[in-house]
Amino acid sequence: MSELDQAQTTRHIRVTVNGVHYERDVLTRTHLGDFLRQDLGLTGTHLGCEHGVCGACTIILDGQPIRSCLMLAVQADGAVIRTIEGLAQADGTLHPVQEAFWDKHGLQCGFCTPGMVTTLAAVLEADPTMDEVAIREAISGNICRCTGYETIVDAALQAASRMRGDH
Amino acid sequence: MKASAFAYHDPKTMQELNNLLGSLDNIRILAGGQSLMPMLNMRYAFPDHVIDINHIADLSGVAMTPAGLRIGAMTRQRIVREHPLVLEHAPVLAEALHWVGHVQTRSRGTIGGSLCHLDPAAEQPCIAALYDAVLHVSGPRGARDVAMRDWVLSYMTPNLEPDEALLGLTLPVWSGMQGHRVGHGFHEFARRHGDYAIVAAAALVSLDAAGVVRRASIALAGVDVRPVRLEAAEQALVGKGLDQSLIAEVSAMAASIEMMEDAHITPAYRGRLAQTMTKRALTDALNRATGGRNV
Amino acid sequence: MGARYFGAAVKRLEDPKLITGRGQYLDDIAMPGVLHVAVVRSPHAHALINAIDASMARDHAGVVAVLTADDLGDIARKPMPMMAPAPMVKTPLTQSPLAHGSVHYVGEAVALVVAESRAVAEDAAAMVMVDYDPQPAMVDLAHALKDGAALANKALQSNLAGTLKGGFGDVAGVFAKAAHVFKETLSLHRGGCHAMECRGVMARPDPSGNRIDIWSSTQSPYMVRRALALCLGMDEASVRVTAPDVGGGFGPKAVVYAEDYAIPMAARHLGRPLKWVEDRGEHFVATTQQRDQLWELEVAADAQGRMLGVRGHCLHDNGAYLPYGVVLPVTSMSSFPGPYALEALEISLDVIYTNMVPNTPVRGAGRPNTCFVLERLADRVARELGLPREEVRRRSFVQANQFPYETGMKARDGSPVSYDSGDYVQCLDLAVAKFGSDFKARQDKARAEGRYIGMGIASYVEDTGLAPYEGATIRVQPNGKVLLLTGAAAQGQGHKTVFAQIAADQLGITPQDITVEAGDTSLFPLGIGTIASRVAVTGGSSVHMAAVETRAKAIKVASQVLEAQEADLVLEGGFVKVSGTDRQVSLGQLALMLHGNFGQPLPAGIAPGLSATAFYEARQTTFANGTNLCEVEVDIETGAVKILRYVVAHDCGTLINPMLVDGQIRGGVVHGIGNALFERMIYDENGQPQTTNYGEYLLPLATEMPRIEIVHMESPSPRNPIGVKGAGEGGTIPAAACVISAIEDALSPFNVHLASHPVSPQDLVQLVDQG
Repeated sequence: MSELDQAQTTRHIRVTVNGVHYERDVLTRTHLGDFLRQDLGLTGTHLGCEHGVCGACTIILDGQPIRSCLMLAVQADGAVIRTIEGLAQADGTLHPVQEAFWDKHGLQCGFCTPGMVTTLAAVLEADPTMDEVAIREAISGNICRCTGYETIVDAALQAASRMRGDH
Repeated sequence: MKASAFAYHDPKTMQELNNLLGSLDNIRILAGGQSLMPMLNMRYAFPDHVIDINHIADLSGVAMTPAGLRIGAMTRQRIVREHPLVLEHAPVLAEALHWVGHVQTRSRGTIGGSLCHLDPAAEQPCIAALYDAVLHVSGPRGARDVAMRDWVLSYMTPNLEPDEALLGLTLPVWSGMQGHRVGHGFHEFARRHGDYAIVAAAALVSLDAAGVVRRASIALAGVDVRPVRLEAAEQALVGKGLDQSLIAEVSAMAASIEMMEDAHITPAYRGRLAQTMTKRALTDALNRATGGRNV
Repeated sequence: MGARYFGAAVKRLEDPKLITGRGQYLDDIAMPGVLHVAVVRSPHAHALINAIDASMARDHAGVVAVLTADDLGDIARKPMPMMAPAPMVKTPLTQSPLAHGSVHYVGEAVALVVAESRAVAEDAAAMVMVDYDPQPAMVDLAHALKDGAALANKALQSNLAGTLKGGFGDVAGVFAKAAHVFKETLSLHRGGCHAMECRGVMARPDPSGNRIDIWSSTQSPYMVRRALALCLGMDEASVRVTAPDVGGGFGPKAVVYAEDYAIPMAARHLGRPLKWVEDRGEHFVATTQQRDQLWELEVAADAQGRMLGVRGHCLHDNGAYLPYGVVLPVTSMSSFPGPYALEALEISLDVIYTNMVPNTPVRGAGRPNTCFVLERLADRVARELGLPREEVRRRSFVQANQFPYETGMKARDGSPVSYDSGDYVQCLDLAVAKFGSDFKARQDKARAEGRYIGMGIASYVEDTGLAPYEGATIRVQPNGKVLLLTGAAAQGQGHKTVFAQIAADQLGITPQDITVEAGDTSLFPLGIGTIASRVAVTGGSSVHMAAVETRAKAIKVASQVLEAQEADLVLEGGFVKVSGTDRQVSLGQLALMLHGNFGQPLPAGIAPGLSATAFYEARQTTFANGTNLCEVEVDIETGAVKILRYVVAHDCGTLINPMLVDGQIRGGVVHGIGNALFERMIYDENGQPQTTNYGEYLLPLATEMPRIEIVHMESPSPRNPIGVKGAGEGGTIPAAACVISAIEDALSPFNVHLASHPVSPQDLVQLVDQG
């Protein structure tokens, strides 16, 4: 491969992550998960497989849960992103999904957890009426090796109930 | 696992895209990225040029046209699955998308990407075959339409010149004629939810008021490099009253077509799955066409 | 003092950090100036190395160094020490930190590329030219000992590493007199660990060269320290190893790997901090796993279906090297006789070298294997005699009045193996009661409707609390908070919470008042590792002992300060109080007193500091047990298996935190279900791995897994001060056997007999068609 034009291997991007605006130069081959972790120091999003199956790298981009390892950082120019670090409120109040994971023992080693919590936050914010079958389908793209999924489902059901305003 | 270096291009118009496609070698098109990015990260592919087509206007969208339901190539699978026009006019496509990947992959994955990647077990090409879809291609020599029958040239190879791109497809929808009802079914067998099918079957039937089949379409994925229409089975349905025994008879035909071979799945088992998925898809189609009166 | 926290479902102390993305896993740790490493790995299962040409790689922009074994010298060429002795292996083979002269599995580490970024290091790794001379690969376990079989390693005369033998009783006599003898040929495969966080090592050498700090995503930081100190010729005190937050271990992260040696060596050689993060592709080929065992077994039973004796032979694939000695096959051997009061046993197990990545324990180690074969034998007896499967177990189990029960086996030190406590029949009955008694009727009805449901059963006994020890230090701070230091690192088990619960009860404080630091060799002097369901027993007991001692000291000092009898003092709310009065002194004040001040002697007979250190030594194993029942439906048109119900009856002694124990059980069961239905690490006849991504290697997902119903019984262990038994692997040990048992039951109208796992839907359709 011949030498590559600078503009084709590096780009300047602007992203908003958890409400904060960033401008950075990125290598075009860097994926979004690595950009968040290394360029922005947001190491809460994890890389479990880098081939788009395990879901540990899930973030919310322009309102949708996506696999950050399957997007180039340069493609996120102009995007609004929420990561695990941005789900709690500024005063520390946990997102209902986070609270429920703590209540229900929805995590053990914690490595899949940011992806799980982010995925569930996104889908339950869109539809807090999801039942167990729908919840299991919603997290079918997130692999957990520790919990066997049941407490994660319990946490999601509790969060859904709270997000519907049940008492 | 980090991708090897490449030159990144993000054309804003089809013209720019055509120019790039015509002038560069060793290219990969980046659409939804759900198939390409794993290949880049794992270094199964090392293109010199990655052309990101996410910035080209007018490549996504769903609209009804006189020729049918037109879907832009860059329409995200999530949008297609939930789109009111799809739910109304081609619900089997929405049903198939339930089985495609996971919520994260449908956020980014595109229908055009699936139609160009052409995994033999993919659901969206199967639906395109079910409808005899027309695919719209654009290139420096102008636009052309390709019938779905002619779209898959060989294993994972679409009917695209190196300097052409897919704009979208049109599904000629089945409108019910007076007194006719259309029913659809889709079944796939996969090891786990969201996995590529081993075999999938899609079915459309149009029944008249007496329950006689006026039109039938059955398409299988995962049995050949391209989706396969069971034409003999379709012909065996037309003109007959659709019931479980006819469904069983016709599904058996699915087991006897020539099956592709691979290291893990025997042709006999693949045939068994083809038969079973066809039967289940036709059963759903019958139930939907009759409002569930015939079980 | 009441048990307020011990036994309670306390929410985890670990979670607030982890649920907000503030964990510090290996790749999260900021390290200024760190360079990134990619590993050049062998693409051949067996090859000689003629030459390595790294010149093009070295010249690549952004590359700092390319290091081979020759570049690092003898320390990198010498084979790594085995982690556990294996006297029965005449020629123990271990890998060297970087390959030297030959390679013996696809994935073996050959060279390190050090660069400014991982991407650049990978670019350059592709430019390292290794001149290999490929050799025939030994992959087919069944043929490993036959004439003409390829040798996995040319240093050997045969592929046999050694033979384990175990047993007791008059086998010939028992088999000769038995009313029934049945033979089974069984095989099974376990697969990889697939912790969601892969391995990783980071090393920062001190500029003087006299110290080195290492971070490793490991289950055994002390073993890493020991190995490296030995190998680098440094004092253990100069080698600090920290296990940071670790994203799952499941066994393979307890091994000390080539990279654990090579990265620190390279860091010292270059005088730069280095980081290597294993990617998932590497995990498939370079992290240890468990593959195949092939068994031929016979069971002898009496006319009532009581199992009397088992004899047979196993071929065990141990991979290209023995980094972990023969611990893995030993765990298969030592799991006999399971829960059964056998009169005679004779097992031999051949440990075989093959040209694939080494096999070391994966959750359960060799125990699920032995459980599988014993449970298949028990099911066979039941089927042949027309008895309910649970009844064969009731009749064959060690009975409640036989405890402590000497099985007939001998432990590693030659002492007799003795099951300490339990009631296996009661535990089975609990599972049966929970499962319900209407299954047969429902099964008959389903069959009439053309549906095939089945019930499965599997029982096990698990040795837990492995020797030698773990330890803990408890230190009260002047602000009244407590620091608890221990060597027992965690990979998700929630040790910090469990230890804090134990200590909180003794000290009259809340678990949230306690900060637990674990897994850092500079904070606590000695430790062994988190494996084999041992930490609740060893770590938990050591915390209890240290807490008891700290409490006693607080009372002793407080009795002087408050001028009261020790017997009148209680610890409550962070204070030592005189019962029935308002006289009290805080733990913090006592701690400050014992920290001392200029010119003021401490109270007579009291050593400085309100703290204590204790080690619990596990001199006798303690045995957990359980019975699992499950219900499956098999779709005979596709072979799909759906698990409809899964019931666990579990006895791990006293429960420190029932919520965490249930979590271990559920995760373990799902792993075992994965072993039954999904997970197979496939190698072709040339030793080339075929399943190297998550599209090809299938892990269990949420959509296919059942809810798991758990009922506990507690037979406290008499062998440690808190009565606990291990719980980390009891879910996995019986699960595959239980699912296979259920599928066979579902398909019994077709005379299907299952003798191996994993089973695929295609396998089941073929079996049904043949039946």
